[in-house]
Amino acid sequence: MSEVNMNSEKSKRFEVAKKNRLKTTAERFGPLLGLILLCLALSILSPDFIKVRNIMNIANQSSINCLISMGMLLTILTAGIDLSVGSILALSTCVMGISIVKWNLNPFLGILICLGAGAFCGFMNGVLLTKLRLPHPFISTLAMKNVARGLALIITMASPISGFPKAIQYFGSGKIGPIPISFVLVIFVCIGFYIFLNRTAQGRHIYALGGNKEAAQLSGVNVNKTLVVVYTLCGLMAALAGIVMVGRVNSASPLGGLDFDLDAIAACIIGGTSFMGGVGTVGGTLIGAMIMAVLRNGLNLLGVSPDIQIVAIGLVIIAAVYVDVIRNQAAKKVKVVV
Amino acid sequence: MRGDEIMTEPFIELKGVSKIFPGVIAIDNIDIDVYPGEILGLVGENGAGKSTLIKLLTGAHRHDIGQILVEGKEVDIQGPKQAMSLGITAIYQELNIVKYLSVAENVYLGRELKNKGIPLINIKEMRRKAAELLSELGQNIDPKLIISKLGMGQQQMVEIAKALSVKTKLLIMDEPTSSLSSKEVKELLRTIKELKQKGIAVVFISHRLDEIMEVCDRVTVMRDGKKVKTLPIQEATREGLIRLMVGRDLANQFPKVETEIGEEALKIENYTSDNVFSDVSFKVHKGEILGLSGLVGAGRTEVARAIFGIDMKNKGTTYIDGKKVNIKSPKDAMANGIAFLTEDRKGQGLVLDNTVSFNMNLASLNKCKSGMLLDPKKLKEKTIENISKLDINPPSDTFMVRKLSGGNQQKVVIAKWLNTHANIFIFDEPTRGIDVGAKVEVYNVMNELVLNGAAIIMISSELPEILGMSDHIIVMHEGKVTGEFKRNEANQENIMKAASGGL
Repeated sequence: MSEVNMNSEKSKRFEVAKKNRLKTTAERFGPLLGLILLCLALSILSPDFIKVRNIMNIANQSSINCLISMGMLLTILTAGIDLSVGSILALSTCVMGISIVKWNLNPFLGILICLGAGAFCGFMNGVLLTKLRLPHPFISTLAMKNVARGLALIITMASPISGFPKAIQYFGSGKIGPIPISFVLVIFVCIGFYIFLNRTAQGRHIYALGGNKEAAQLSGVNVNKTLVVVYTLCGLMAALAGIVMVGRVNSASPLGGLDFDLDAIAACIIGGTSFMGGVGTVGGTLIGAMIMAVLRNGLNLLGVSPDIQIVAIGLVIIAAVYVDVIRNQAAKKVKVVV
Repeated sequence: MRGDEIMTEPFIELKGVSKIFPGVIAIDNIDIDVYPGEILGLVGENGAGKSTLIKLLTGAHRHDIGQILVEGKEVDIQGPKQAMSLGITAIYQELNIVKYLSVAENVYLGRELKNKGIPLINIKEMRRKAAELLSELGQNIDPKLIISKLGMGQQQMVEIAKALSVKTKLLIMDEPTSSLSSKEVKELLRTIKELKQKGIAVVFISHRLDEIMEVCDRVTVMRDGKKVKTLPIQEATREGLIRLMVGRDLANQFPKVETEIGEEALKIENYTSDNVFSDVSFKVHKGEILGLSGLVGAGRTEVARAIFGIDMKNKGTTYIDGKKVNIKSPKDAMANGIAFLTEDRKGQGLVLDNTVSFNMNLASLNKCKSGMLLDPKKLKEKTIENISKLDINPPSDTFMVRKLSGGNQQKVVIAKWLNTHANIFIFDEPTRGIDVGAKVEVYNVMNELVLNGAAIIMISSELPEILGMSDHIIVMHEGKVTGEFKRNEANQENIMKAASGGL
């Protein structure tokens, strides 16, 4: 092969590589584009939408779902799911309520107990999955959903606990300048999760496990340990979200967090996380949760009834995933030169 | 043989057909014809355009330029349904079956036979006809059996029966033999010859040139989307075909280098696992390639999996550098410097929907840390170094592995294990399904490893590869070691004899 030929060959290869990179960039920013378009539309339709107070309101409203979604993201990345986060949230906040309000423990100790309870429930989800080898996390977390909800009702005798100290309320309604503390918490958690998923070996193992369990195992990934870590973190995030919720309403209810699991799953999916595992990002999930919050807020501003809002969220899930389906089909049609 | 009879017209004829994808001409001005009752071999390296050509014929893609004539009439094959109605069927390497359905249900999948008048399936009729089709192929398979209970070879026969049930006139077989045992291959080749007797035109694609030589009437060589040449099989030789495929002379298909054989690196003793293998013992030295030969199903991969700590064994001891070790998981094996390149790249070696960089570093993340965290810069440097060293194409660290060709995927797997700095490498069928050029590159990597003092265990079902690359050869049959040869004592005959059970 002549020198010239070699060069053109090489440059052709680079072009193909470059084109492929551009496409993945477009994929990455798809949900963000959706969020921006949604915000633009709402600012035109409602003058109140872009006011700082409203934006901060959205940030505050979205924070609980954002926190739970981060944990949910981990489970979906491993091709799993956690149906128990709503119940775990209720149980851990009720445990916190009893220890702080009934036993007069130090609020910070109460917070640690709450987080510990959430993490323990998640840990048990992981153990059920890996040690009892229940066939799918759908089953183990469905069981936990019932067990945790029932325990929350038993220990509170089915009545909510209120009267939390200022320190706890701070998480739900405190502000730094105009920014709600709860959202600051979200930002820190997202940065933490981003670093965890992208810059630690354990984080990469989560992607590997979801993408191809067998390949991960043969590459030295401890699959069971990774799964236990994932479900424990998911439970921990549910408890953290619970603290924010208690802080906001100054009450821990054994019936709190109903449907929170499904909201978190929706945020992950809208944000481009693949249900097959191995594909999904912190940024996408955050945007997914924001899209849900912005949509609810905007429809409220426009005076649309809450019942219709639920339908709207459902339609957004369909739209988000359908866009993904179309994109995958288009990607398949592009032939790669080798 | 084609010349013996008078063929009035080809079943299918491609005239100046091209297929252009954005930025690349995948099929470039191709003329091909296939006659009824003829077997046309199609060979070429991966990426030569064979798959695209098939996709044009089965309607998965549409051609941009040129004419496709079926029985003399120009057609525009718009989709799989139309291809089927023209009598064109393809059977792929990965079979198109539903595991949990019976043989008969698979044969008539999507075209279930109904009772007259009532819209219910007539399962008896389906079974009867399926059995008929199978016996036409010389197969005595119970149509009531759940298909996953059959071996790969018989499953393929069911697929062929399915093709016959739709009155196929052109059967395209894409790498049909790559996952079959040699007995099954024989059976398949015999069946293909029978199809030819029935007047069916067959396009047979295989990397194994001896199969092409045995069964085809003519062979077409493709390279870079172009047809290089079509020649009658009598004029084709193995070396000649390879030369046409790669466009240059391969000085040596097996570029074996002489190495200094050093101390013992790995020894296994009395490896036993119930009903899988028993009393397997062998050792491999630094700088040595130990070939593990045998038929498919002889237990070689299972022994390798036990060495690597994937499957448990009942009995057996492992020594590394003369010291006894206890390996209970792949992690333990890696800590002891062992690497395992599995036979099934896609299923066990790669995270297909992630990047080249992700996959290459997966097993060696601890080597690219700064402090507690992974260092993206180090990861990228490492990846780019791997890409240029192994000449991976396209040279991009963020490319999705799924979109790479088989040879390049294999290079990514190799890079993953090179990065672990292992010194004992188990290569399981390292060149299966990859093209001739990439094969040589894989051998060169193995050479470099042994020159640097690594020990290699190479499991291979290809005798020339075993003979060409090994310093020492162990042969297994039904879970037992049935032969052991030094490089200079080994030949096709004594290995085959040991592989089929010895004396």
